[in-house]
Amino acid sequence: MNREYIESGILELYVFGLLSESDMQEVQQMAAKHKDIEQEIVAIEQAVVNLSYSVSPHLSAENFEKIRQKLIEKHDGFIVMQPRRDTFAQYLGWAAAVVLLFGLGFQYYRYNEVVEENTKVVAQRSQFEQLVASLEKKNNATEEALSVIRGKNTATVRLAGQAVAPQAYARVYIDRDAKQTYVDVAGLPEPPKGKVYQVWALKLNPLAPTSIGIIASTTDKNGIFTVDTYEGAEAFGITLEPEGGSPSPTLEQLYTLGKV
Amino acid sequence: MTQEELLPLIYKKDNKAFTLLYDMYSKSLYGIVFNIIKDKEESEDVLQEIFVKIWKNIDTYNESKGRFFTWILNIARNAAIDRLRSKSLNNNRKNLSVDNFVHILDYNSATINKIDAIGIKEFINKLKPKCIRLIDLLFFKGYTQQEASEELEIPLGTVKTQNRNCINELRNILKIS
Repeated sequence: MNREYIESGILELYVFGLLSESDMQEVQQMAAKHKDIEQEIVAIEQAVVNLSYSVSPHLSAENFEKIRQKLIEKHDGFIVMQPRRDTFAQYLGWAAAVVLLFGLGFQYYRYNEVVEENTKVVAQRSQFEQLVASLEKKNNATEEALSVIRGKNTATVRLAGQAVAPQAYARVYIDRDAKQTYVDVAGLPEPPKGKVYQVWALKLNPLAPTSIGIIASTTDKNGIFTVDTYEGAEAFGITLEPEGGSPSPTLEQLYTLGKV
Repeated sequence: MTQEELLPLIYKKDNKAFTLLYDMYSKSLYGIVFNIIKDKEESEDVLQEIFVKIWKNIDTYNESKGRFFTWILNIARNAAIDRLRSKSLNNNRKNLSVDNFVHILDYNSATINKIDAIGIKEFINKLKPKCIRLIDLLFFKGYTQQEASEELEIPLGTVKTQNRNCINELRNILKIS
């Protein structure tokens, strides 16, 4: 009897909401009494819910929020509704993604900044190191020069300015203990480009010049340079010569001269 | 989640109840409404109206009125048809039958995942064209047996059983026994 009732198709119309009030009551009672009728109704409902769900166009995510707003407005907040969890999770997900993105961007920016800063510091440091090294070198040279000048057995030879440079002057220091010879050229003008000073040790009778050093700049090393030691020099002279020096002094360009 | 699990939550006005209700039925009802109105924005607007109505009147529902789904299905169909009339687009109900729910998929395929739309179309096309028309009129558009028999030119006495066979076909495709 139930089978026949089910096969009549009345249950479908019941689910579709197409029955008259009295027919509906009847199905209702049958379903309450018979489990198989109840199950059939649920199966029919499931089929059409699925069908309408499948053919539904995409429903925008904002739709739920709009309904929520309408319910809250109309009922003055009377109906308590929780924000939809999956939507919230979605927003949270997006928010997290945005935060992460900004975070990464910021980190990358900071990283670049730090790298750049580091490069600057390293460059600065090497500059300082160079400066210290050069100051140390300069200091050593100065101390060495001072020790020579102050040495007990150091002889000083004053070289006076000659015709081409009457204002010029220079000194030669001979450390007889250490057998070292130094020349102080701070009193000479800077040689013009392409020219150098050449220092000569002289024997006077007969006049025989011997080159003991070439100086390219008067400002290097505080102007004090080591030159070759020449035993038995009777005088010292400095001439201006072309770069690389000359085998014999150009006497027209004799700047300073002094006897031991 | 079934109607039997959902209803107690709704009666208790559980905080989660509305969200669950929406998740369970919004898409199905949207399918119904869109099949009648054929305009996505307008349909969403009607759907909002429907859910507000359902929630406002939820206390008037009880199981003696039939299935909960049937109750909200009626609210949805009536709201959609009312909107159609108020827009005076054309208040002749016969015009509802020009298209059926299968055509929604043609609207859809432009906007949703084409593979989905094609998949659904394939499964629906397993239904006989006669069944598509019958389910469309009775279930989606709420035609009476009389109206459907006139529209489809089939004997009034066979509407109920033909519909039964069509729903059985659908259940076979969906594997709902």
